[in-house]
Amino acid sequence: MSPNRILWLVVKLIAALWMAAAGYAIFFVAPDESTMHAIQRIFYIHVSSAWTAGVAFFLVAVGGVLYLIKRDPRYDWAGLSAAETGFVFTTVVLVTGPIWAKPIWGIWWTWDPRLTSTFVLWLMYAAYLLLGTLVDDKQRRSVLRSVYGIFAFINVPLVFMTIRWWRGQHPSPVIAGAQPGSGLDPTMKAVLFLTWGATLCLFAVLMRSRYRLEVIRGETEELRQLAEDSAVAPASNRPFVSAVTPTGFAGRG
Amino acid sequence: MKNFNSLLAAYMVFWAIVFIFQFTIARRQARAEAELEKLRQQFGK
Repeated sequence: MSPNRILWLVVKLIAALWMAAAGYAIFFVAPDESTMHAIQRIFYIHVSSAWTAGVAFFLVAVGGVLYLIKRDPRYDWAGLSAAETGFVFTTVVLVTGPIWAKPIWGIWWTWDPRLTSTFVLWLMYAAYLLLGTLVDDKQRRSVLRSVYGIFAFINVPLVFMTIRWWRGQHPSPVIAGAQPGSGLDPTMKAVLFLTWGATLCLFAVLMRSRYRLEVIRGETEELRQLAEDSAVAPASNRPFVSAVTPTGFAGRG
Repeated sequence: MKNFNSLLAAYMVFWAIVFIFQFTIARRQARAEAELEKLRQQFGK
């Protein structure tokens, strides 16, 4: 077994243990919120997934910038892997939010600035993932994806600021911008950061797994190109004069 | 505990999404590896 493989097995083990510890803390250590009670505990996985998605989309933008500078496909692969994994975490946010909202607000969804901007963010990265399937040329696809990944990141700070700039139905911030007198209980805060750490670790495992797929695809694409080139080569080596006959173009067969 | 079922549903959904994602990666990886192996054999690599 290679040292790299051992390292990733260790990371996977840490992620599993960390997630288990976070699960225990959410259900048995975090105090019960006085008005919402049990349902408030969705907050830990909802907020952690949202922050993890933010980190993922930041990596997409960084990957895009590095690809445009260095033209190394590995940066594009890393960006794509981060985008797909971030998209998955945004899906978690969009699903867990309404599960919390129904018993608290009485409705599953409302077009509040935070909810709407998160949905737009999800759509933007869905478009990023579709973009790769629309362009056949490898380099053009990577350039397009990189530019779009940088542009799409603009929406991430916007989503973060929506509950600070506009008053909607979504709860106000409890960290970084909390109103005086509000905020998070210290135990709740510790559980939140423990859960975020576990989610980031899980993100690293998933992203690495997705990156490995892109490496295999890259190698496959290279060999397929080689196969296509070698299939075309004998035809192009044929004498050009044979293509024209007295009756017109005979073609190259 | 009030709304405990919703809380449980949220955590089950989280794990379901993560496992489905991991499953799709594994399936796509197996398909890509099979294609790569075929091409490698073609080129004698």
